[in-house]
Amino acid sequence: MLIITCPFCGPRDEVEFACGGEAHIARPLADNKISDADFADYLFMRDNPKGLFLERWRHSAGCRRWFNVARDTVSNEIVEIYPMGSLPAKTAAKTTYKTSWRRDTAAEKAATPSRSKAGGSK
Amino acid sequence: MVSRSAASGSPQTQRQRAVARIDQNAPINFTFDGRSYRGFAGDTLASALLANNVHLVGRSFKYHRPRGIMAAGSEEPNALIRLGKGAYAEPNLRATQIEIFEGLYAESQNRTPSLKFDIGAINSVLDRFFPAGFYYKTFMWPASMWMRYEHVIRHAAGLGKVADDHNDPDRYEKTHAHCDILVAGGGATGLMAALQAAKSGARVILADEQNEFGGWLLGEADIKIADVPALSWVSDIVTELAAMPNVTLLPRTTVFGYLDHNYLTLNERVTDHLPSRPAHLPRQRLWKIRAQQVIIAQGAHERPLVFAGNDLPGVMLAGAVRTYINRYGVCPGQRAIVVCNNDDAYRTALDLHHAGAYVVVTDLRATATGPLMRAVRNAGIEILHGHAIIAAYGTHRVARVEIAPVDDSVTAITGDIDHRDCDLIAMSGGLSPAVHLHSQARGKLQWDDAKLCFRPSATHEPSFNIGACNGSFDLVAGLKEAVRAGTKAAAATGHKATTLDTPDVQIHKQSWRPLAAWKIPNGHASGRGPKAFVDFQNDVTASDVSLAAREGYQSVEHLKRYTTTGMGTDQGKTSNINALAILADALGNEIPAVGTTTFRMPYTPSNIGAIAGRDIGDLFDPVRLTRMDDWHRAHGATFEHVGQWMRAWYFPQDGETMQQAVNREVKAARTTAGLLDASTLGKIDIRGRDAAEFLNRLYTNAWSKLGIGKCRYGLMLKDDGMVMDDGVTTRIGENHFHMTTTTGGAAGVLDWMEEWLQTEWPDLEVYLTSVTEQWAVATLSGPNAGKILQDAGIDFDLSPAEFPFMSMKEGHIGGLAARIFRISFTGELSYEINVAARHGLALWTRLMAAGKAYGITPYGTEAMHVLRAEKGFIIVGQETDGSVTPHDLGMDWIVSKTKPDFIGKRALARHAMEYDDRKQLVGLLCSDPATVIPEGAHAVLDPNQPLPMKMLGQVTSSYFSPNCGRSIAMAMLKGGHALKGQTVFFPMLDGSVLKAEIVDTAFFDPKGARIDG
Repeated sequence: MLIITCPFCGPRDEVEFACGGEAHIARPLADNKISDADFADYLFMRDNPKGLFLERWRHSAGCRRWFNVARDTVSNEIVEIYPMGSLPAKTAAKTTYKTSWRRDTAAEKAATPSRSKAGGSK
Repeated sequence: MVSRSAASGSPQTQRQRAVARIDQNAPINFTFDGRSYRGFAGDTLASALLANNVHLVGRSFKYHRPRGIMAAGSEEPNALIRLGKGAYAEPNLRATQIEIFEGLYAESQNRTPSLKFDIGAINSVLDRFFPAGFYYKTFMWPASMWMRYEHVIRHAAGLGKVADDHNDPDRYEKTHAHCDILVAGGGATGLMAALQAAKSGARVILADEQNEFGGWLLGEADIKIADVPALSWVSDIVTELAAMPNVTLLPRTTVFGYLDHNYLTLNERVTDHLPSRPAHLPRQRLWKIRAQQVIIAQGAHERPLVFAGNDLPGVMLAGAVRTYINRYGVCPGQRAIVVCNNDDAYRTALDLHHAGAYVVVTDLRATATGPLMRAVRNAGIEILHGHAIIAAYGTHRVARVEIAPVDDSVTAITGDIDHRDCDLIAMSGGLSPAVHLHSQARGKLQWDDAKLCFRPSATHEPSFNIGACNGSFDLVAGLKEAVRAGTKAAAATGHKATTLDTPDVQIHKQSWRPLAAWKIPNGHASGRGPKAFVDFQNDVTASDVSLAAREGYQSVEHLKRYTTTGMGTDQGKTSNINALAILADALGNEIPAVGTTTFRMPYTPSNIGAIAGRDIGDLFDPVRLTRMDDWHRAHGATFEHVGQWMRAWYFPQDGETMQQAVNREVKAARTTAGLLDASTLGKIDIRGRDAAEFLNRLYTNAWSKLGIGKCRYGLMLKDDGMVMDDGVTTRIGENHFHMTTTTGGAAGVLDWMEEWLQTEWPDLEVYLTSVTEQWAVATLSGPNAGKILQDAGIDFDLSPAEFPFMSMKEGHIGGLAARIFRISFTGELSYEINVAARHGLALWTRLMAAGKAYGITPYGTEAMHVLRAEKGFIIVGQETDGSVTPHDLGMDWIVSKTKPDFIGKRALARHAMEYDDRKQLVGLLCSDPATVIPEGAHAVLDPNQPLPMKMLGQVTSSYFSPNCGRSIAMAMLKGGHALKGQTVFFPMLDGSVLKAEIVDTAFFDPKGARIDG
């Protein structure tokens, strides 16, 4: 069982948290021209990498706040925990963000321009 | 030297001498397979049976071969017994780990009718027909026979039988603990590491699976540490540790699981060793420990040698033989043959000799020199170098062996076969470090070509492997590692202590480089000749492994599943390396290239009761009760579980069936008034500057213009456009809303809203609070609802002009402050009366009293379902299943065309949403008005079409409607909206076919004329 350090409550057992899946999936604006297939990149496609993964967690049995976690899926090492709406600061996590296939997708480009610059928060 | 033991009349013929761990003044009586025996305090069931010269203790899994006691610890593959009687019976326990107590009752397993005569043993004669993968090969065809095969296989498979009475009467507890350093294993190195760590002030937990600390030293005779006998050194350290407030000692506690981030699970057998269990103590305790640092000192397991007949009772591991002699004072045989590929077994030869047995050493190695060999030779023990036992024979115990000279690589017999009589074989194939915990934590292994074993290498977790489990079999080296690990682990937790001196050790020097000899030749081709076992528990032979390799099972993971090597309760502790080596040999590959299978928890089987602990029965899951619950119970309500809630299902009056009660309740709600406890509905208080905007994005319809005090029904979608929840939300103030959700969806909806607020729209200022339990809700419904409310003392005007449908007013009922919502889930004039939770029961009884004159009728969830179905109202989760859009439900009217965005909007515009074969909601009227079509029944257009029939969809709701005077149903059918007026059929399991007409879903009062009473 992982120990996850909630940014608001401190280190707690994994049972207090819920994993919200992949982070940094920007939601396309409603009035967009992207195809159903491009929209599916946002709606359905999720990564399942072996190695560093940027994901969202919620302290569901605690403060109920969401935050981002950079976790190595092989070792389960938690490399970084950073706030919703921001990007990771550690080099490895930054690289994971930058090299994600999502950065080139029409779905991401169709998200809020300001949010797309921030890399999306969801 | 055979002598009678101290207890008079005891036939413990093999008890040799007084030893410290056995109290000969404390005899203990026990029963095995119906016979009474006597042992002493300190005995295990295995040592006590051996003291009574009982070697045959079980039958094997597949061939039902006679099996005896092979080991002295948790690695025992053979001596599995069923302990206890009735509800207390527990199967598959290792006799080597059971401490005996007065009155202990044990039975052997896998034998019919008796251990000595077992009809299953015919399998051993028919072994040609039971090759590796037998079940896979045999029970394949024809497919139609599979169900019958399964019965046969299930009967043949498995080990012992669980208790006949499945209600375990024992109590189990759980303990959660934190420590700086957890030491797994209390042998020499574990103790040393624990002491070093504890001296620094770090919080240390030391756990060991045995009843006392000392590990393998408990079974040794001639070792001195720090100039005192090893066990004196052990007891000094244990005494010192026990006195330290920062140390917790856990004997009889197996660390059986090593999970992420140094989270470990331990099973403590608190009272298993006691003849009666004190009421204040649990039987076992599950420890869940989070450790900053872990020191693994699990030790090593001795490997068997693979020779023909190596599974006979009386064939034991050499180290185990030493343990029985030195720890328990039991010499397991009088004519012993030691067979080995290493130095260590020579110590067994010496101990056997000193215990009075006649010993011959058969060393696979052509030469071996050193102080140990000299000591053996000086004792006058015969040593046969370059020889092997090529076969062992006997009926219920080994009686005779064939010994022959072998070549240097132990692959061929090079000379004449010599026959010797014997009653004990002590075998040693080298040591395998117990890397289980390290591997469970996904630590890597490396092959040590000199010591012929896998050793731990890199790990992700902050942990250390020390001593034998690290491949450091030499005690001095192990103790050095222990001091080092204890120091480092303490430092990592911010603690420091002076480094302890590694104590002097007096022990025969020996080499730890065994000879690689994985399969001893017997002069027959593979698959012929007597069987040589690799995995004793699963009856896997060397030729099975070779056969599997020839048949293409070249991956070690495939080999494991095909032959079952390494499975079972011992998880291959003694068999894994031998199997790998033989597979590697068959493949012409190196052992490290073949690799190992994954070690998974548990290290040894853990009782399910301990894992469940107290979380059983009423404590399995919390139960939520409404404030009116007492009244419902007092009035005979039947209840149903809705999530964690207990809701009144219906209120039967004397002698009524469920159908009669529900019919009466449903009728009353439409003819006079019904009262429903709706307290369980999810309620969320929404406040903030952007509350209306948030609802606009959350629901499919528009919310900005909703007036204060007005209510609106809303449908919530996932972003894929599928319905996830519904409910009525009311505007309490400009920036304040009261949302209701389904009972089951409440928590999920709150999470959902928080997710969007926090992760997608953090710019919105909205605050959410769950108020489900702050309000008690009574729903009064029916033509007389208004009159009853008047009589109950409402303090405002109820006329439809003043208090129209879909609005909310705050007021008082008989002095109770209330929020009253004029909303309706029945289609009748209806008031949802919310009061502070503590007034719930008062409200309910006042309404019942006021309504008495009108024949007010309390109704439960079943009547609620019927009433809403009569109106064609959906229930999310009954009509919907996560693949249903508003359009599918015929609810286009609730989806805004003008809002720029809401959750699910873009997804609803997907091309796939336009397919005309989507399942759509329709009403059904069965051709027989008295017949209620079963929910879940599948509809077809033509009941006479060939199989498999083309299915249209399924019935989602189906009831008898007393108000319609007939059965009604709703269904989700492919292209259902276009099928209105057509007939569909429902083929039933009994061969009959029901027929129904597709109609609108509003069965009763379709125009909604009754809403104002």
